[in-house]
Amino acid sequence: MTEYILRRVLLAIPTIVLVIFLSFIVMRLVPGDLVDQMMAERPYATQADKDKLRNELGLDKPLPIQFVDYLGNALQGDLGVSPWTHQPVTRELRNRLPVTAELGLYAILLGLLIALPVGVISAMRQDTIEDYTSRSFAILALSVPYFFTATLLIVFPEKWFGWSPPLIYKPWTAGLFDHLEYFFWPALLLGVSLAGTVMRMTRTMMLEVLRQDYIRTAWAKGLRERMIITRHALKNAFIPVITIIGLQVGTAVGGTIILESIFNMPGIGRYFVSAILQRDYPSVQGVVLVLAVIIVFVNLVVDVLYGVLDPRVRYG
Amino acid sequence: MAQTIAAMELPAGAAPRRRLPFYLEVCVRLAREKPMGLFSAIVVLILIAMAVAAPLIAPFGPNELGAGTRLTGPSFSHLMGTDNLGRDVFSRVVYGARVSMTIGVAAVVVSTVVGLGIGVLSGYFGGITDMIAQRFVDAFIAFPALVFLLAVAAVFRGHQIPGLPATGLVSTTNVVLMVSVGLLLGVGTSRIIRSATIQVKDSTYMEAARSLGCGHGRMIFAYVIPNVMAPTITLATLGLGVAILIEASLSFLGLGVPPDTPTWGGMLSREARSWMTQAPWMAIFPGGALSLAVFAFNMLGDALRDLLDPRLRNS
Repeated sequence: MTEYILRRVLLAIPTIVLVIFLSFIVMRLVPGDLVDQMMAERPYATQADKDKLRNELGLDKPLPIQFVDYLGNALQGDLGVSPWTHQPVTRELRNRLPVTAELGLYAILLGLLIALPVGVISAMRQDTIEDYTSRSFAILALSVPYFFTATLLIVFPEKWFGWSPPLIYKPWTAGLFDHLEYFFWPALLLGVSLAGTVMRMTRTMMLEVLRQDYIRTAWAKGLRERMIITRHALKNAFIPVITIIGLQVGTAVGGTIILESIFNMPGIGRYFVSAILQRDYPSVQGVVLVLAVIIVFVNLVVDVLYGVLDPRVRYG
Repeated sequence: MAQTIAAMELPAGAAPRRRLPFYLEVCVRLAREKPMGLFSAIVVLILIAMAVAAPLIAPFGPNELGAGTRLTGPSFSHLMGTDNLGRDVFSRVVYGARVSMTIGVAAVVVSTVVGLGIGVLSGYFGGITDMIAQRFVDAFIAFPALVFLLAVAAVFRGHQIPGLPATGLVSTTNVVLMVSVGLLLGVGTSRIIRSATIQVKDSTYMEAARSLGCGHGRMIFAYVIPNVMAPTITLATLGLGVAILIEASLSFLGLGVPPDTPTWGGMLSREARSWMTQAPWMAIFPGGALSLAVFAFNMLGDALRDLLDPRLRNS
């Protein structure tokens, strides 16, 4: 077990380095370099200004050295300085990551709260009206984009009742209720959209498990349906669902990017979008790096958890 | 009788002359057994018609200012009302289908080529090729799609690819979007095509072909690819929905299709939102069209998976 975890951690390192390398290369694929890009918005800049900036950003060194420098600094927690705001990228990330993480966490929790019961009922009542309704709902949840539902949520209650969901960020210090109310709506919208996939997975796995011999045995023993479902079926059906939840972290990150810009959240997603609009490459790279590390780490945890929950999984 | 047995036992496409009847049969079964699938197929056909014949269907130009009075509700002259600049929302929704479908279809073509390429080669050759290819696929899949696309958009922002027009359907931004969305979907697709290839590889007819002295090229093009077509078609259909959704998300953020082109995502953007309380039709119709399109591709993909994929056929 320990050996397996160690091996997985070791395997995760090249993946992260690969992602950093790719983002590093992509950022330098731009025809002309970063400095020309930045100076394009300052038409009076001289060659000397460009050279100075290039030197400040370390762009006058050969590429491999730049990469090693970046990697070395990144390992020490230094992701560079934004050329526009002159703020260290690490500090920005540290301030903004908790907001995004909170939204993502609530969204995944709300999503599970919806998806698991509906998925289980859908499988238990296969091919009935409940099943069709919940399956259609799942596909609907996958199809209707949250920026559309968010728009509707902001526009219609305002028009009809003069109420709209809070659009100004409320930190913990502004009161617990206000804080949670602020997060509730975007988390619900994202949660419903995440629920679609989990619901379908739960249903498929439940159907699979309900067909197993040990379930037939349980029925033959005369156990009640509730007992069979909770004790025998659910435990086994949930294991693959956990993998899906791990993969959902990536989807949730995409969702937070959009919802943060709608609900004006001071999170990592909105920072990312504005960094892109301003061509703030160190910040873009920093966000990419942090997200890659988080996602690789979450999937690692999920894989390990998978084995803890299911003794049949062999660590090979 | 003998024919029906042969049809049941042969995997799809094993005998080339049976391929057409098989896919025709799928269409017939789709119409008969899958009412939602049929409905989705009709929606998809309508979308294609809208995309192809946009100038004939739309009563006004998509960017025609003052086509009607500003911010008026739906009426016979403006089926979906007008927006804050007096543009006809219906015409813009129709032209929006053109953008979404073009980018979606192009992205899916790219993704199918990439997915089949990586998946079939990785599955067919196995060994070290598979090892290396799959590590790259791992890194790619691990990464949030939207973040990747935004990073690519950032790189190409303000740049022109030489030889492409500055505006219109094949402008630089749109082509970058098609290729990057296609690449992203293709890498995901390749996983499933790889496992389908591995299954095909172990089958008896492959062994027979090998013993007849078929080379790798013939084995791949004559036997492997036709036999992984079922998941490929399903994934392409589902992929179209995803591609349309991604394009709309990026356009919504203002980082996708340039704002002078009408798109469903762009019509829902922040600038438009301030008018929506006054004119909710500005939100409902583009958003509705987008949701319906994605819904249709998802449903159709699901129905096709049930019909085409023998492993799932009875489950």
